[in-house]
Amino acid sequence: MIVNMVQALNQALAQEMERDPRVVLLGEDIGVDGGVFRVTEGLIQKFGGQRVMDTPLAESGIVGAAIGMASFGLRPVAEIQFMGFIYPAFNQIISHVARLRNRSRGRFTVPLVIRTPYGAGLRALEHHSESTEAFFCQIPGLTVVVPSTPYDAKGLLISSIRSEDPVIFLEPSRLYRAEKQDIPDGPYQVPLGEARVVREGKNATVLAWGAMVPVVQNAAELAEKTGVSVEILDLRTLSPLDEAAILKSVKKTGRALVAHEAPKTCGLGAELAAIIGEQALLNLEAPVLRITGQDITVPLPKSEDYYYLSPERVLRAVNKLMEF
Amino acid sequence: MIENFDPLKGEIFQILDEGGRVRNDLEPRLAEGDLQRIYALMVATRVADQKALKLQRQGRLGTYAPSLGHEACQVGTAYPLQKEDWVFPYFRDLGVYLTLGYPLSDYYLYWMGNEAGMRAPENLNIFPLAIPVASQIPQSVGAALAANIQKKNIAVVCTFGDGATSEGDFHEGLNFAGVFRTPNVFVCYNNQWAISTPRSRQTASKTIAQKAVAYGFPGLAVDGNDVLAVYAAAKEAGDRARSGKGPTFIEAVTYRMGHHTTSDDASKYRTEIEVAEWEKKDPLVRFRLYLKAKALWDDGFEKAVQEKAVEEAEKAVGIAESVPPPAPEEIFNSTYKQRPPKLAGQLSDLDDFLKESRK
Repeated sequence: MIVNMVQALNQALAQEMERDPRVVLLGEDIGVDGGVFRVTEGLIQKFGGQRVMDTPLAESGIVGAAIGMASFGLRPVAEIQFMGFIYPAFNQIISHVARLRNRSRGRFTVPLVIRTPYGAGLRALEHHSESTEAFFCQIPGLTVVVPSTPYDAKGLLISSIRSEDPVIFLEPSRLYRAEKQDIPDGPYQVPLGEARVVREGKNATVLAWGAMVPVVQNAAELAEKTGVSVEILDLRTLSPLDEAAILKSVKKTGRALVAHEAPKTCGLGAELAAIIGEQALLNLEAPVLRITGQDITVPLPKSEDYYYLSPERVLRAVNKLMEF
Repeated sequence: MIENFDPLKGEIFQILDEGGRVRNDLEPRLAEGDLQRIYALMVATRVADQKALKLQRQGRLGTYAPSLGHEACQVGTAYPLQKEDWVFPYFRDLGVYLTLGYPLSDYYLYWMGNEAGMRAPENLNIFPLAIPVASQIPQSVGAALAANIQKKNIAVVCTFGDGATSEGDFHEGLNFAGVFRTPNVFVCYNNQWAISTPRSRQTASKTIAQKAVAYGFPGLAVDGNDVLAVYAAAKEAGDRARSGKGPTFIEAVTYRMGHHTTSDDASKYRTEIEVAEWEKKDPLVRFRLYLKAKALWDDGFEKAVQEKAVEEAEKAVGIAESVPPPAPEEIFNSTYKQRPPKLAGQLSDLDDFLKESRK
C-alpha cells in the first residue's frame, strides 16, 4: 500500500492494538480528534475509549500514569503533542521511565513508547520546532528512535511497542506527509539499534537521521555532479547507537560529516565525532566535521532559514571535508 | 464515614484520643489478635528505625530518612491492604514495608547502598520507594487505570508527605484520578515539615484534605497518630476502590519527630517546645493504653514484643551485611533487558581496570 508517514504510523498502532490487547494509547486529543497530526485517526472508533484515552492536559501526568500502566502489565503508547511540550514530563522520564528496571532490579519494568513530533522546517509557532534528542540520548536505560521514511516509521514503531525497554520515538513532523512509499500491508519489524545505508558512496560518509535524511540525499546528488561520491547512513536508533555500522562506513570512506538540526554544542554530532575519533582515527583523511543547527533558539518563520539546514549548506560542508 | 466527612469544616477524624480513650461508636471491628499484631508492627517499625539510625552513625548505612512518629500512619495505612493491591510508597515508609511483610533485611540493604534491596518479592506489589517528591502519584494512578482496564478489583495505595502536595505531579495525578475514577487511595502524611519548610508555607488551604474537593472525590483528615483512625479510613477507602467507587484522599495529621534525614538538623528551624507538644501525642503510647484497657497488653506482652522486634532487626542487619557487594555485571545488566554493545564494551574495560588494579 502506498502511504505517507502518518498513515504508516497509524497502521503500526492499529495492527499492534489488534495483535496485543495490552497495547493502549494515551495522550491529548488523540481520541475523537485523532491527534493534531492525525496519527491516531480512527483508532478510538475501532478500539474504544478505554484503549485510546484522551487525557487531561498534563504531560507529566501522561508519562507518570504510563509508567504505572506499563509496570502493571499494559503496553502503553503515550503521545506528547509536540516535543516542545515534553519537558514537564522530563522528571518522570529521567527519574523513573529510564531507571525503574535498575532500581527494582528487574522486578518492575517500563515497556512504554513515548511518541512525539519534533523538528523545524514547518514554519510553525514558537516551541514547535526544536530537536532535543541529545537530552534523551544521554539517559541510560532509554532507547531513542527516529524514522525518516514511511517504511521505517511503521517497522520501527512496531519494534518499539514490542520492546521490553522504554522507547522515545521521535517523529520528524516535516516528513509526516513529505513522501509516500509502498510498504507491506501487514505488520513487520525494523530492528532497533540498526542504522541503514541510504546510499552507498566512496569518498565521504554523512551521518544523519529524521528530517535531515532527505536534505542530505539532495546534497549527495549535488555532490555526485562534482564527482564526489557520498555514502549516507540513516542512524534510525540514536541510542544505543549502531557503532559498528558507523565505523564500517567511515573506515571505508575515510571521511565523516554529521548533519543534524539540533544546535551544535553537545549535540549528538559531538558524540559521533568522538566515537569515530576514538576508534577510527588512523582511517581518517580529515577531521570529523559537523553541520548543524546554530547555537541559538530556533527562530520564528521569518528567520528560520538562517537556522535550518539546506542541501546547499550540507554540500558546502561536504566540500570542506573533501578539501581538507 | 468517608462520604459524610466534609473536609472544608476543618475537623480531624479521631477514634482514640491522646489518653487512649476510644469512641465506641467508631471503633473498628478488629479481632484481638489483629489489635496486638498492629501494636507489634508499630513497635517493630520504631525499633527497626532506631536501629537504622544507629547503623548510620556507625557508618554501616547511608543517609537515612527516619520514620519516628509515623508508626500509626504507616501501619494503619498498610494493615487493611489485600494481597492483590498495589502500593507506591515514598522514602519515609518503613512501617508500610514491614506491615506488608517486606523483608527488613532488604529494606536495610537498599539504605546500605544496594539497589537489590528494592527488588520487591514476587508476591508483593510494592514499588521501590520514590525519592523525587510526588513523582509516584501519577504512577499510582496509572497502575489503578490499568487495573480498571483489566477489570481487576484492587486498590492502589500511594503515600507521600505534605511537601508533595505543592508539586505539580500531585495535581496532575489527583486530577487524572478524579477524571478516570481510578481505584486509588492517596494517603498524605501531613507531618508539618518538609525539611525546613513548615506546613504553612506549603499551602494556604485550611486543610490538605480539602484539596480533594476540587478533584471531585472525597477527602478526609484523620488523626495520624491514632492508628485506629488511620486504619478505619484506609480500610474504607480501600473497600471503596475495590468496589468501583473511585479514589479517596486521606490526610493523616502527624508530626515528623526526627530530623528530615540523618543529614539534617531540625533544631535549626523548629522549637523544642513544638516537638515536646507532639511527644505527648505519641502513637504508641495511646494505642498501648487502649490495649491495656482491653486487657490485651501487660508488661510481659510489651517485653515479648520489644524483644522480638530487636531480634528481628538484628537478624535483618546480619543478613543485609552478609550480602556481598554487587558485581559490576549486576548494574550493567539492569539498564536494558539486553546489554547493548556499548555497555558490554564499558563493562569489559571496567573489568580490565579492576584486574589490573588488583595486581
